[in-house]
Amino acid sequence: MVERADNQSLPQAEGWHTDGEEPCVTLDAFLSQSNATAVRLEPDEDARALIPHLDRLALIEVAFPKFRDGRGYSSARILREAGYVGELRAQGDVLVDQIAYMKRCGFDTFAPEKDLNPADVEAALSRWPEHYQGAADGAVPIWKLRHG
Amino acid sequence: MYKYDEYDHAMVAARVAEFSDQVKRRLAGEITEDQFKPLRLMNGLYLQLHAYMLRVAVPYGTLDSRQMRMLAHIARKYDRDYGHFTTRQNIQYNWIKLEDAPAILEDLASVEMHAIQTSGNCIRNISSDQWAGAAADEITDPRPWAELLRQWSSFHPEFSYLPRKFKIAVIAADEDRAAMRLHDIGIQIVEKDGQHGAAFYVGGGMGRTPMIAPLIKDFVPLDDMLSYAEACLRVYNRYGRRDNIYKARIKILIHELGADEYRRQVEEEFVHVKSLGIDPPKAEFDRIAAQFAPPPLDASAPDEIDRSDPDFAVWVDQNVAAHKLPGHAIVNISLKPVGGIPGDASSAQIDLMADLAEKYGHDELRVTHAQNIVLPHVRKADLYAIWQALDAAGLATPNLDLISDIIACPGLDYCSLANARSIPVAQKIATRFSDLGRQKELGELKLKISGCINACGHHHAGHIGILGVDRKGTENYQLLLGGSGAEDVSLGTITGPGFDEDGVVDAIERVTDKYLAERAEGERFVDTYRRIGMAPFKEAIYG
Repeated sequence: MVERADNQSLPQAEGWHTDGEEPCVTLDAFLSQSNATAVRLEPDEDARALIPHLDRLALIEVAFPKFRDGRGYSSARILREAGYVGELRAQGDVLVDQIAYMKRCGFDTFAPEKDLNPADVEAALSRWPEHYQGAADGAVPIWKLRHG
Repeated sequence: MYKYDEYDHAMVAARVAEFSDQVKRRLAGEITEDQFKPLRLMNGLYLQLHAYMLRVAVPYGTLDSRQMRMLAHIARKYDRDYGHFTTRQNIQYNWIKLEDAPAILEDLASVEMHAIQTSGNCIRNISSDQWAGAAADEITDPRPWAELLRQWSSFHPEFSYLPRKFKIAVIAADEDRAAMRLHDIGIQIVEKDGQHGAAFYVGGGMGRTPMIAPLIKDFVPLDDMLSYAEACLRVYNRYGRRDNIYKARIKILIHELGADEYRRQVEEEFVHVKSLGIDPPKAEFDRIAAQFAPPPLDASAPDEIDRSDPDFAVWVDQNVAAHKLPGHAIVNISLKPVGGIPGDASSAQIDLMADLAEKYGHDELRVTHAQNIVLPHVRKADLYAIWQALDAAGLATPNLDLISDIIACPGLDYCSLANARSIPVAQKIATRFSDLGRQKELGELKLKISGCINACGHHHAGHIGILGVDRKGTENYQLLLGGSGAEDVSLGTITGPGFDEDGVVDAIERVTDKYLAERAEGERFVDTYRRIGMAPFKEAIYG
């Protein structure tokens, strides 16, 4: 099982994950057992392997071992685009300066290895008034606002 | 020219606020340099040998006089009174203080400019043909397409931590003035059945493993362009190599997969992405395109040029190009005076070029990838007045596309990656060939110098290329022949053992002498090289 981050200092915003949930299993383990409802996806694993099983998943944890490795952003969008509505968590080297983009890609919870300053988190998530492009957060892109 | 609306202003303002906050946290020690680095890079701020360098975006190289004057203002107020125009049509300042960066970005935002994504492993500033909207040979103005891509790629949430940087160029003429096929994605706007669409060339690049981009899709309709680009990028973001920084560009992925397999994956992804509705409607393209409407040019303007001043006539012949409308011309301002630093301009010179654009050029300027400036729309009747003003400011060097019109990276004088100096070599070559008659005799000869293997000076694409390397602690220069970044794109070949600084200048002289001896009627240097091959040149150099 995966080491859990200590989230005590995170803001009590909606969507921050809480303890007492089912542990995530690896992708391989998930694909070979039918009863798990939480899975962890490493950067080099194909998010599309989960698509046939999205209905029974309550949590997908996407690993960011290094914040510079951006594969997890694509994994998140692919899962949301496939209709996944459960919890999508960014875990690992998750820093305050990346979480706004993560949210746009469909992440709804964050499990950073190092505590984030709640004020910085709030500032980062409320920074952008609008967005140029469509993504997985349902935001209306600027071109659509321009043309109604 | 594209004008910001309320949304564009708000986006840039948010970015300035975000970066100001990040700088504040960095200066307070709340984030480490390692964490700060990608953030400052995405705002164009590099840590160089001596100071921070700030790279300001000039989207598709287009500026108005107000923006150009702001570039002069920044040079004067925050730097050492000059700026350096780059091969990506941007400008960079070499002596910036970190604490000044937020104020500079605020100043830039006041004239609808920014430094967003001029560095970092994200989609960089979109480059284009510097003669866009004026060139006689274009099928349409490529800049509305480039602006669509600029907005789509700005703050793209999925593609801001790519394996490596990502460069896109857009052209709309068969003559390639933007080195299109040496980009990660090169787009040529083409016509099919009366409709314009985008031909996608993907996986080109220079650096240590130069590659010419293969054609991945011959025609992507306007309505699908952003979905197609998104598919190209998603395949790269997921499967581009991240284990080795030198193998992380998309060219390596496509080389390893093969163009056919990459195309198959992109097409599959495209079918999915297209269903997401991320392509703006035609109305958005039309809104953008309307802002690139041609300036009110007078088609009845006189077409004759008074050539009675011989110095002026020399400049007209070399630096003035054909405009699509009679009575008009494209002025190319060389930033390559003999003995100067290629691409550098003082704030006074930048102001003067802004004045000329405002007075004679419908308020438009362009930055070229060859590190020169263009006034794209001037009346032929005004050429003499423009030339006189340029000449008085040291900006009338009549050497466009001649051997002294050198592309050079900043090299070891500034850059922390460089192995060798580029600027002094450029200066020595320009000085050796300073006789204009001799340069004109040699004709079109594109000489490009990089101070390290990263190839920012485009040495692979030079008719003559120079690569500075470090050889046992001393600077050594390899010579390459036969490259081209134009529509006849090709990669140069190394002649043989390298030279010291003076030795490489001597070698170039032997190469050009050989060309003069061997050339057939009408052949440029690169044509002769292609016809007779490396051996005669090698013999001339080392023999």
